[in-house]
Amino acid sequence: MLNEKPTIIVIGNGMVGYKFCEKLVAKTNSFRLEVFGDEPRPAYDRVHLSEYFSGKTADDLLMNTLEWYAENEINLHLNDPVQEINRDNKTVHSLKGTVLKYDYLVLATGSSAFVPDIPGVEKEGVFVYRTIEDLELISAYSKNARNGAVMGGGLLGLEAAKALIDLGIKDTHVIEFAPRLMPRQIDQPGSAMLQMKLKELGLQIHLNKSTTEIAGNGKVDALNFADDSSLPIDMLVISAGIRPRDELAKLAGLEVGTRGGIVVNESMQTSDESIFAIGECALYNGMIYGLVAPGYEMAEVVVSKLNAGEKQFTGFDMSTKLKLIGVDVASFGDPFINEPDCRTIALEDTSKGVYKRINITKDGKTLLGGVLIGDAEDYNMLLQTVKNNMALPPNPEDLILGARGGEAGEGGAGVMSLPDDALICSCEAVTKGAICCKVRDEGIITADGIKKATKAGTGCGGCMPMVKDLVNGTLKEQGMYVKNVICEHFDYSRQELLDILKMNNVRTYDEALDHYGRGDGCEVCKPAVASILSGLWNDLIVKQQPIQDSNDRYLANIQKGGTYSVVPRIPGGEITPEKLIVIGQVAQKYNLYTKITGGQRIDLFGAHVNDLPNIWEELVDAGFESGHAYGKSLRTVKSCVGSTWCRFGLHDSVSFAIEVEDRYKGIRSPHKLKGGVSGCIRECAEAQAKDFGIIATEKGWNLYVCGNGGSKPQHAQLIAADVDKETCIKYLDRFLMFYIKTADPLTRTATWLNKMEGGLSYLKNVIINDSLGICEQLEEEIQGLIDTYHCEWNEVVKNPELRKRFSHFVNAPEEKDPSVAFDTMREQVKAREW
Amino acid sequence: MNNMEIELTSDIKWVLACNASDVPENGGACVKHEDEQIAVFNFTRKNEWFATQNLCPHKQQMVLSRGMIGSTGENCEPKVACPFHKKTFSLHSGECLSGDDFSIKTYPVKLIGEKVYIGIRSTT
Ligand code: SRM
Ligand SMILES: Cc1cc2nc3c(=O)[nH]c(=O)nc-3n(C[C@H](O)[C@H](O)[C@H](O)COP(=O)(O)OP(=O)(O)OC[C@H]3O[C@@H](n4cnc5c(N)ncnc54)[C@H](O)[C@@H]3O)c2cc1C
Ligand code: SF4
Ligand code: FES
Repeated sequence: MLNEKPTIIVIGNGMVGYKFCEKLVAKTNSFRLEVFGDEPRPAYDRVHLSEYFSGKTADDLLMNTLEWYAENEINLHLNDPVQEINRDNKTVHSLKGTVLKYDYLVLATGSSAFVPDIPGVEKEGVFVYRTIEDLELISAYSKNARNGAVMGGGLLGLEAAKALIDLGIKDTHVIEFAPRLMPRQIDQPGSAMLQMKLKELGLQIHLNKSTTEIAGNGKVDALNFADDSSLPIDMLVISAGIRPRDELAKLAGLEVGTRGGIVVNESMQTSDESIFAIGECALYNGMIYGLVAPGYEMAEVVVSKLNAGEKQFTGFDMSTKLKLIGVDVASFGDPFINEPDCRTIALEDTSKGVYKRINITKDGKTLLGGVLIGDAEDYNMLLQTVKNNMALPPNPEDLILGARGGEAGEGGAGVMSLPDDALICSCEAVTKGAICCKVRDEGIITADGIKKATKAGTGCGGCMPMVKDLVNGTLKEQGMYVKNVICEHFDYSRQELLDILKMNNVRTYDEALDHYGRGDGCEVCKPAVASILSGLWNDLIVKQQPIQDSNDRYLANIQKGGTYSVVPRIPGGEITPEKLIVIGQVAQKYNLYTKITGGQRIDLFGAHVNDLPNIWEELVDAGFESGHAYGKSLRTVKSCVGSTWCRFGLHDSVSFAIEVEDRYKGIRSPHKLKGGVSGCIRECAEAQAKDFGIIATEKGWNLYVCGNGGSKPQHAQLIAADVDKETCIKYLDRFLMFYIKTADPLTRTATWLNKMEGGLSYLKNVIINDSLGICEQLEEEIQGLIDTYHCEWNEVVKNPELRKRFSHFVNAPEEKDPSVAFDTMREQVKAREW
Repeated sequence: MNNMEIELTSDIKWVLACNASDVPENGGACVKHEDEQIAVFNFTRKNEWFATQNLCPHKQQMVLSRGMIGSTGENCEPKVACPFHKKTFSLHSGECLSGDDFSIKTYPVKLIGEKVYIGIRSTT
């Protein structure tokens, strides 16, 4: 055919070679595309390679399906490396014997792991970490290995070390030649902090270690070092750097760098202008870029060049943020520049394991770069500040200390001050302007929507928090009215929905959703409606189990590792020796960790889900009831010892606390409820820190409401003084029912009051002066809830159908979850660290 | 290893998981298949069944079967929320819908009478 399209041959179907195809076919169909790949499968996400060990399959990691290549008429030759390029005839020759003519050639051959010339590298049990096949080999070999080492403490080495730990090799070592970890990204103090954190996680790190021999008879059994020490190991992963795959280019006479890499210009052309090189095999300005984002940018440049565009590659920011074995590590801009060339501000908190350093110009006006270890939440913002030369605040240390006091930063005011062309997602080159535009003009208002519409966040994903802030910030700027609704499934506030469900006598979640909601519900509205229904009808919550929040569903609090805790009610903190003994016996029998809680009772941790009914059967038999530690309901009414023993006690605070706790136990509310009763103003029960607090006075009792501990502590406020017990309880009844009916989901009484128009005096008017004329009704309603009290555990242990729900495997109910693991600490069990 | 073809529509083995009534309506349960833990969800509202890995990739916890299911968005994408930190995952694609870059494995499910079967892709 005469007018056949010009042919582009791509050598290498890795991440960058694939991206080139994707970008090209999105722009034009005026080329024929032939792609050769050395590996047996189409391009996959190498960046997330390690997720292969956490359950992802090779298919999950694919960048795109074979169908995609076919649909876009890309001819893919897999498992068929190109062996020769003939530049005179413009042909390539593959291993399987295919010879094809090209008009343009794109080399995207990537790199391979660099293996240093140490005696013994060929031994069995020595691996590199680059391809899915490498991972398969490592995984298979690790089954018989007890200890292992990674040679190289750089970014990839630490990732490989994490993989070894995940594979169950408890004794994992990292050997680094340099005096610090990640020598290319972080400084000495940063490395020290990282090392400390990694040590805590069980990784053993050896710095300044030069390996002289990989010892063993046929297979590795030890490493010998220059300092004459040695380390016994069963397997070794070498991660000592990368080596660009330029062998094909060299053979074809293209210019390559002295230390490897195919030399390219701003248009990614090699010394032969019809041949391009992109990704990790390309050497631009003396530098190999070992990250995907610059590779994608290079692909974009070639696509532009082939379509007569002007785009040029001018270097790329090598800032990185990653989570290494659960520790945040980031480095941006120029991390290493030192005084006197700049001013350096550093913050080090060894107790939290946080190190932050920023380098700023001497005039204090601009940010040059920095390092973050342990907490990299500020990374995106700092990076943008460097990239856009943004002015610094008067106290630049605020950048790493966080704003002090106030609510600054909420709603993403910070990101909104970025210029429109600020690059938010550098993997996919998406700007702030592009994201805000989607929100403003196309009404895309979820971070997921933006991800789909712009591809932002589809690469490394590090920009997603910023994308979320931008969406919210733009919405706010638009003055979008955010109605106080429960979630996308119900257009009502909790209070509105409660009124509707009550008026219409709605008793189940499905009814509520069918008539007053849409969609299939979610983890926000299900528990909210469950709480409303309980507040209205007080049915047994296990009857509508799947809509209860996870803890309510299993009537226990889920713990690390998936076991549960058991908290029997101990009203007022008073317990008989007999009952104490039963708790001890049960804990012993089921091997539970036992702790006195901050709420004056005893928590038993580490119960398997299948054991819960048996444990509770024993507890119920001994007269215990559920402590509702799992529910949004009354927890404890803390008491001090009071007048029965205490020389200062004015009244019997213990008896009153028990009476109050028994009165309100089991009642569901928007959030949990706590109370306290003190026998005098010395306040040993800390009643003023509770949702309701009662303090004895000479003349009676003072009632305080809406106190809170937690992260924003707030003292309770006096609502009635010197009242007798009966009046105190009457006010409490009204107060609690008013809260149950009107608060938003998951709002403690303190926050509810803070948001209430009119504040305390309004609340006082409603509760004490009956200004709304609803007090009688409130009292009746709460009495209804009190009268229908039931201990949920009591019901479950008696009911074989309900008991059946407490198993881990539905098809093997007797078996316990084999993934649960404990360690020992101070003679008791403790959950295995996650 | 040479000339290995990639199997994208590989063979599926159907494994009997449990009885339909074993799984609570609009809820989930965990099925043991050899050494694998699989979460099955009885999405009664949609009259559909789903299955995913039981492991939450966030903190490697075997709990997704105890998560709450629901839907999101215009197209009512079915999802499950992990009980630990409420990360949500699409029951169709396994993609994490809370913006994290991990995802979970999904399995086909079919119902024959009262019996629930899970499709396991053979990996050879
Ligand atoms: C066990 C206990 C710690 C201890 O070992 O002492 C504890 C443990 C938990 N607390 Fe607490 N809190 C415990 C006393 C407290 C106290 C002190 C008190 O009650 O006197 C407070 C501050 C007082 C307050 O609530 O105002 C407290 C404030 C919180 C908060 C913050 C609430 C807030 O309004 O900000 C949470 C988070 C939440 O509920 O959303 C929380 C949440 C939790 C959870 C449920 C976290 C979770 O979701 O897994 C913990 C699980 C407990 C379990 O599995 O059994 N815990 N927690 C205490 C149990 C008391 C009890 O007997 O029931
Ligand atoms: C474990 C790991 C973690 C990483 N983490 C990150 C990260 O967090 N962030 C980041 O930005 N980067 C990360 N990287 C680096 C990133 O994966 C690379 O920058 C990226 O894959 C480079 O893409 P590429 O296409 O240039 O090379 P590659 O992905 O290596 O692809 C090159 C392909 O060409 C093939 N090939 C070579 N020669 C021939 C030939 N003659 N004929 C046919 N085919 C050939 C190779 O087999 C290979 O499939 C990580 C890498 C690894 C290994
Ligand atoms: S303070 Fe935090 S860590 Fe301690 S028990 Fe309460 S929620 Fe858990
Ligand atoms: S373990 Fe599942 S969300 Fe954290």
